[in-house]
This record gives sequence, structure tokens and C-alpha cells, in this order.
Amino acid sequence: MKRISLLLTVISVCSAVQYATAGDITGKVTLQGAPPAEKQIGFDETCTKCNPQVTTTRHYIVGKDNGLANVFVYISKGLEGKHFDPPTEPAVINQVGCNYDPYIQGVMVGQKVLIKNSDPMMHNIHALPTVDGNQEFNFAEISQGDSNDSKWVSSITKPEVLVKVKCDVHNWMFCYVGVLDHPFFAVTDKDGNFKIANVPDGSYTLTAYHLKTHQKTPGVTQEIKVEGATPVTANFTVILK
Amino acid sequence: MLDADQTYGGPWLKRFTFLTAAATFVLIWMGGLVTSHNAGLAVPDWPNTYGYNMFFFPVSKWIGNVFYEHTHRLMASAVGMLTLALLAWLIAARVPKWLRTLGVIAFFAVVAQGVLGGLRVIELKDALGIFHATLAQLFFALVSAMALVQTEFWRRLPVHAEEDRGGYRGLLVLTTCLVLGQLALGATMRHQHAGLSIPDFPAADGKVWPDTDPASILRYNQMRMESAGEQPITAAQVILQMAHRMTAAAILGLVATCLVTAWRRFGPRHCLTRGAMVWMGLVLTQALLGAATIWTGKAADVATAHVACGALCLATGGLTSILSFRMLAAPKAIGVVVEDTAVKTLLAPSAGS
Repeated sequence: MKRISLLLTVISVCSAVQYATAGDITGKVTLQGAPPAEKQIGFDETCTKCNPQVTTTRHYIVGKDNGLANVFVYISKGLEGKHFDPPTEPAVINQVGCNYDPYIQGVMVGQKVLIKNSDPMMHNIHALPTVDGNQEFNFAEISQGDSNDSKWVSSITKPEVLVKVKCDVHNWMFCYVGVLDHPFFAVTDKDGNFKIANVPDGSYTLTAYHLKTHQKTPGVTQEIKVEGATPVTANFTVILK
Repeated sequence: MLDADQTYGGPWLKRFTFLTAAATFVLIWMGGLVTSHNAGLAVPDWPNTYGYNMFFFPVSKWIGNVFYEHTHRLMASAVGMLTLALLAWLIAARVPKWLRTLGVIAFFAVVAQGVLGGLRVIELKDALGIFHATLAQLFFALVSAMALVQTEFWRRLPVHAEEDRGGYRGLLVLTTCLVLGQLALGATMRHQHAGLSIPDFPAADGKVWPDTDPASILRYNQMRMESAGEQPITAAQVILQMAHRMTAAAILGLVATCLVTAWRRFGPRHCLTRGAMVWMGLVLTQALLGAATIWTGKAADVATAHVACGALCLATGGLTSILSFRMLAAPKAIGVVVEDTAVKTLLAPSAGS
């Protein structure tokens, strides 16, 4: 009994020590400039039956106080030489309502990605990585409920920001996945807010990358320092010229 | 050498050849629809279709872009069968050896087309799509030529009735080759899957020559709201489209030159002049369709019509070139023939000197 208590105490202390040497990074990404209007997507008959809502493209989703959604925020420098295990929980790419959900997300190298078809019609999943070593793939999920959690992890083995995934049956369906070898990334919500939790102490370069605005440029960066449990605030402005 | 009195297997073989050419044209149109709708990979497996034997794929599953790709494969199978049947007929019928050889070439070309199309799907190689598209155009021209040479019209043509002084045959061949190059350029553009790299015409992003610096390319991509998963525009694609426009202008000029030359040399009723007239009409239509492709934001039906018209332009140039080689002989070598009398007259001192 005494040994169990001692063990539990040691575990608690270790956890406390871990939290004491890691902090959260929060912030908001705002858009400066006037983006073009989103385009309405013309569904075919089968998709209209499945999803009668008006659906548009998702290139510039601007929310409260010019907050920009779908910005991939991640630590781009400062973690070299450190190893992080991928989570056991798979990420999910869901084909629902004739669209991909989510539009932008981040996963770790080696993390399983469950690609599933929640629609009553066929889709195909065509990934178009550009980094050497990542393999392009294209396979079908014919029926509602079909899923696959092995194709992604066996094909996408290198970090890449961002891998495009599209459906060749329904052209308007495409999404993007940021692949990193560490877990310190986030995607801004509809109002441009993000949070990256439990970042170890250290000095880092934090990058905010908005696909449509930044394209092949690296995004906007800022240098940050995480010290203890003090939260770090990092706001970004994405400028559309 | 063609024998004007020789029969080529009869009228039904001729009609079957025409049928094969017509089916090929329809297939090119359907293939154009596949690329225009970005449906080339809508069926991820080959030669099966979503695991089914392609001939038994349920109609209820011909949805979205699967419809375009699957029907294209079915039509391709039909053209393949027609070509095989044509070859068998050519072997069985009393036709010249060269026509039989063309049948063999056509058969291997259609097999190569099928393999190219299949590999493009399973290897996920866009570049193969470019070869697939270009070979399709050449195949159509070949089968069209095979149909032409079986017609009464062809057999009645005067063979080498006059010399080709001025190199009209060469002009036709040069122009046809430029048309082929333009088709390859167009196929390269389409298989980048980047949509319209220049959104306006006749200006190019509001200018004579568009900016292709990185900041301008970034701006094009920022402002373009693609809704069909198009790849981002690159500077190379912008330059490619400009090259396509300039080649179109060159082709217009050359085909007009062919027409004017034929009109002056042979007169308006000559079949070579009429061939050039048809060609001019097609090339003008093609230019208009090209502009319309841009004005409609690359509407799939318009872009596909542009592809199909391109096939007709190539075939017309090829057939007119073949006609010219049948009707016009190579010019004889030019030599100086001096008659003694003439020389003596010239060289003789004048009576008065």
C-alpha cells in the first residue's frame, strides 16, 4: 500500500513538473485586404439530394473582427532533433454532404488517418503530395460506411504543408492536411482563433500559413519564447494585396 | 503507287472505314469531356471499373465524373473493336498492301492508346495524358485518310497532273505539322489541370504580355476562386498559354496563305482550293472556340468543342496534304538547255558592228 502511494506521488510530481515546463500558445489570425466572394458550388443531382444546402468554396472564411479561419499555425523551427510519438487516436477525413470535413487539419507523421465515406454515394480519395518520398494515391470508397485507415499512413511518410486531397468524382470536393513530425500545430477556427497546448519551454519560430493567400510562399512567422506555464500570445495578420 | 482502277474491297469496306473514323471523332469528343471535367481519375482502377468488369458496371453508379470517364472507356472499347474488325476486313479483302499496312498501324495505334489511357490512370501520370490526347488526334487523321483513299473521288483524281512549282505541298505539310504542334501544346496545357492560366482574351491579364514574376503569379492565384480542385497557376503555364495563342495566330496566317496560294495557282473550283477553304473555315472556328473557352471561364462543353475542332483541323490539313501529293508532281530539275541556234544568235556579232 505504501509503495503504491509512493508510486502515485512520484507520478503526480512528474506530471506537475511536465506541466510546469510547458506552456500554451494562443492567438488570433486576422485578414487584411478584401478577398473575392466565395463561389457557389453547383452540385449534381445525387449530391443535391444528399445535401440540399447552398454550398460555397472555402478559400477565405472571414469571421468576427476579420478573423481568418482555416489558417494552419505551427512551430516551424526550434524542435530540431527532438522526437515526438504520433498520437494513437487517428485523425479523420470525412466525406459527408458531398464535401470533405474538415477543410484543413493537421496530423503527425506516422499518425493514422481514417478516411471514411458518410455519404450514400461513391467518392474517391486522391491525395496529391509534392514532397519527395510522399506517394500520390487514388482509391475509391463506393458505399456509405466504407473507410480506410492504412492508405494514408503508408503513403504519406514525410512532413508536408499542406497535402491536397480531392475527389475526382465530385470536382468541388477538396481538402488539405498539414503533416508534421511534432504535435505543435493548430488550425484557426471560424473567428481566426487558435491554441497550441503543452509546448515545451524553448525559443521557436511560429508560422501561420493560409493556403489561398500564401500559396507557395512560407506564410507569416514570428519568434516566440515559451517559459514555464505562462501562456504565450501570438497574433498574426495575413495581408492580401 | 496508286492504281486508279484498283478496287479496294468494295463500298461496304469504305463505309465501315468512314464509320470507324466517325466513331473516333465521337471518342475524341468524349475524351475531351473527360479532361474538361477533370474526370480522368474518377475511376481509380483499370481495366476494371470500381472492381466491376467495365462492361457490367451498373448504370446507377454512373454518377458525377464517373459518367464521363466510364462512357469514354466504353466508347474506346468500341473504337478498338471497330479498328480490329477493319484490320481483319483489310486482310481478307483485295486491297493494296499499303492500305493493309495502314490498317496494321491503326490497330497498333489504338492498342497503344488503350494502354496509354490505362497507364495514365493506374500510374497517376498526367504526362501520359498528353501523349494519349495527341495520339488520339493522329489516329483520327490516319483513319480519315484510310477512308479518303477508298472513295470514288480519290480514284478519279488526276495523278501528278501538274508540277508543284512553288512548293505548295511543302506549305501544306508545314502548316499541318504546326497544327499538330499546337494540339500537343493544347494537350500539355489541359493536362496541367490548372484551369485557365490567363483569364481574359485578347488581352492577357489586361496587358499585351502578362506579368509572370512571382508576385503577379501569387496575385493570380489569390484572386482566382477555383471550385473544381484546379492546381495553382505557375509562370510556366502562363507562358504556355501565350505560346498557344501565338501559334494560333501563326496557323491562321499559314492556312490563309495556303488558301490564297491555291486560289491563285489552281483557281477557286480546284479541290485543293476547296480543301484550303474548308481548312480556313475550321481554323477560324477553332480560333473563336479558343476565345470562347476563355470568355466562358473554360466551360467544359466549349473547351471540349475546341478539342474536337482541333482534331478536324489536323485531319483536314493531313487530307489536303495527301491530296496535294497525289495531284501534284515534284518539280523537275531545272537545267539550262541551250540550243546551238540561239547561242549562235546571241553570241554572233551584229551585222552593223
